[in-house]
Amino acid sequence: MALIQLANPTRFLTISGRVLPWLWGATIILVVAGLYYAFPGSPGAATNVGETVRLMYVHVPADWLALLTYGLMAAAAVGTLVWRHPLSDVAQKAAAPIGAAFTFLGLVTGMLWGQPTWGTFWVWEARLVSFLLLFLVYLGLIVVWRTMEDPGRAGRVVSVLTLVGAPLLVIIHYSVDWWNSLHQGAGILSGSTDDAFLTPLFLMLGGYSFLFISLLLTRMRTEILGRRLRTMQLGAAGQEA
Amino acid sequence: MGLGEHAGYIIAGYLISFSVAGGGVVWSLAQGRRVQARLCELEARGIRRRSDKKKSGAAVADQEGKA
Repeated sequence: MALIQLANPTRFLTISGRVLPWLWGATIILVVAGLYYAFPGSPGAATNVGETVRLMYVHVPADWLALLTYGLMAAAAVGTLVWRHPLSDVAQKAAAPIGAAFTFLGLVTGMLWGQPTWGTFWVWEARLVSFLLLFLVYLGLIVVWRTMEDPGRAGRVVSVLTLVGAPLLVIIHYSVDWWNSLHQGAGILSGSTDDAFLTPLFLMLGGYSFLFISLLLTRMRTEILGRRLRTMQLGAAGQEA
Repeated sequence: MGLGEHAGYIIAGYLISFSVAGGGVVWSLAQGRRVQARLCELEARGIRRRSDKKKSGAAVADQEGKA
């Protein structure tokens, strides 16, 4: 089956309708398992951050998903601008609020972790400021989607803006290396984190990832049906006139 | 299972995370249901998309051909 056939909105609705219950199920199982290892089955306190290590299991997945969502939106933006892929702008529109929510959670849980470990909720330093900028970019893209009535035109405008904002991902990633930062470096996958803490972290990361996919597909379905509804309403209004 | 002196920060972090995630899930599902209900309402009034009309037209023509 050609990829373009898979991208057909009607086929997408059929396939996503079949897989969504499984995705929601996987989300619940992974999050419950992650919570078990974060609390009753916890490996205990970390030497440097004590019991607040538990905040890592909600902070790091939120941060990763915030960046991943924007990365996917940038890829979808290319799909919209280059191939005019029928599902690309639908995916972008559906993903933006999810990305904004993960970015918000990354910021808030980071602040809650910052106070007991750094002694402050907020510092105007590169990682935090670039992450705040990402949140503002998400909000800006949502506003553009909401203010433009024609989804096709809005999709192209948002695609350009999304690609303009894409270098922010590189700045966020390398901000802790390029500038002096209170924020810790990218050490989780480099072996500096004790293996015992990786079990709850990766379970929660899995749960957040499945949550993201489930929400994305659900919102894409709503967007496709919403566009059909709009077409039908316009048609009905034309008939009445 | 003690959460130590910073229990408030940990509990707040989890509560906010699950409230935002749960709110997002409820909002997305409710939006989907609303659109679905509105579509059913229009279809019940006999309003169809052009592509659906073509399909049903083709099906009728097919049935007439068989007959």
